Amino acid sequence: MSADNALTLEQKQAGIFTVSASPHMLSNESIPKIMWTVVIALLPAVIFGMVIFGGGAVQTVLLCVISAMVFEAMVLKIRKRRICINDGSAFLTGLLLAMCLPADVPFYLPIVGSFIAIVVAKHSMGGLGYNIFNPAHVGRAALVLSWPVAMTTWTPMTYSVDTVSSATPLGVLKLQGYDAVVQMFGGQADMYKDLFFGFRGGCLGETSVLLLVLGGIFLIYKGYIDWVVPVTMIGTVGVLTWAFGGSVGLFSGDPLFHMMAGGLIIGAFFMATDMVTSPITKKGKIIFAFGCGAITVLIRLIGGYPEGVCYSILLMNSVTPLIDRLCKVPSQKRRVA
Amino acid sequence: MANLWKIFSKGIIQENPIFVLALSLCPAVAVSTTVVNAAAMGLAVMIVISANNISVSLIRKLVNPKVRVPVYIISIATIVTVIELTLKAFAPLIYKDLGVYLQLVVVFAIILARAEVFASKNRVIPSFFDGFGMGFGFFTAMIFIGVIRELFGNGTILGFSVFGSSYPPALIMILPAGGFILIGYLVGVYKIWNERIEKRSGAR
Repeated sequence: MSADNALTLEQKQAGIFTVSASPHMLSNESIPKIMWTVVIALLPAVIFGMVIFGGGAVQTVLLCVISAMVFEAMVLKIRKRRICINDGSAFLTGLLLAMCLPADVPFYLPIVGSFIAIVVAKHSMGGLGYNIFNPAHVGRAALVLSWPVAMTTWTPMTYSVDTVSSATPLGVLKLQGYDAVVQMFGGQADMYKDLFFGFRGGCLGETSVLLLVLGGIFLIYKGYIDWVVPVTMIGTVGVLTWAFGGSVGLFSGDPLFHMMAGGLIIGAFFMATDMVTSPITKKGKIIFAFGCGAITVLIRLIGGYPEGVCYSILLMNSVTPLIDRLCKVPSQKRRVA
Repeated sequence: MANLWKIFSKGIIQENPIFVLALSLCPAVAVSTTVVNAAAMGLAVMIVISANNISVSLIRKLVNPKVRVPVYIISIATIVTVIELTLKAFAPLIYKDLGVYLQLVVVFAIILARAEVFASKNRVIPSFFDGFGMGFGFFTAMIFIGVIRELFGNGTILGFSVFGSSYPPALIMILPAGGFILIGYLVGVYKIWNERIEKRSGAR
């Protein structure tokens, strides 16, 4: 709400209508309603993470969410803005950050991560609606740089079906190759099943493909996210890994594995669709999602890190203004010309 | 005397080379990971910029304006070579840490800028104070950045542990990313500070 007011004020000061960052359109949807709906869509996957990873996951989620809201209130107080932490945006940022962390991280990681997400990535750029980068992913990226060991120490599952290893499938793929991954799950069919239901090592909220996709479909049904973004991003990853991911020539990779492993599902449905940091038009969204998918595959197959969803979305965030300029809606084009 | 003080002091806050003019950010990020390296780099730049301003000011009437930049570069390169050899002989460890950035002092924007903007148009004494002030501003800025980065990125200051051994260092602070974020915030702090100074002098 406050972002919309600030935007019009800025336009008034400029005296003209400028091509500016989203949000543009006013509708009956309010920011609190959208934010809390996204939180509800994420909850099943979070609860699933808490169940399979145990008490550490509960602690991490609570620390992230509470510290994010505390930092939000503090910054709003310092900036002399109305303290509206119940609009859910800080809660959502904290929750998304927690979902991208290993379950048993030391207590200071969630707090520092929330600080970087809320204070550095969000409010230093101007607050809600003005941030260039996805705050939760900035927090995660800073934590990976700062404490690489803690951020790659994965929690073994407390409730384990047939897997004992705590290593992530993508980590095993990077270090030991595809056959070792299949072996870890005990067969290809079991691997797909475990990946789909979420019985694998990884960050606490990214494991269950089923619950995340259900949450995403709920948001698409509500009209809060555009289906082209997840479909394009996941499709791009599938096609590119199928073409280049194999060890015996072209088109020998395993697209299903790559589409379900790592943080791709949560990234494609909940991060790449962020209203503030992704393009406005449909064409722009397709370019954005394609770029995210392509960079993810580049990092996974060629880069040094096992997983690239976080960096790919951050990199594409930085070119979002350019994509928006490239794909202007007709009325804007006429006005500029 | 008051005039000389003004020339000297403007480099420290109002026209701080790193935080206000935003020049020479590359070495500021690259070598400010520890206080010692930051101080060594700051001192080297302070000496080069003062000495170069003197020499440029001395020859300002002899140099043909068309070839002034090569002449300035040769002057800077001479001084940098002297410093480089001195460091190599007396402080080989610091010399190794500074690496290529010490040689890169030759093409630092701030040194060439002071020669061009100030020393080539002014007498020797004011030129020295201008260079000394700018160099001192660079030095203090480097110390400032170095202390914060070493403290949070390594848990130490000048190699002495501050937070104890249980502190888990935040590696981002000694990586370039943390350096850039920190400098961004310090630029903001200096901007607020300068606006306050201006407001106060305006009110007077």
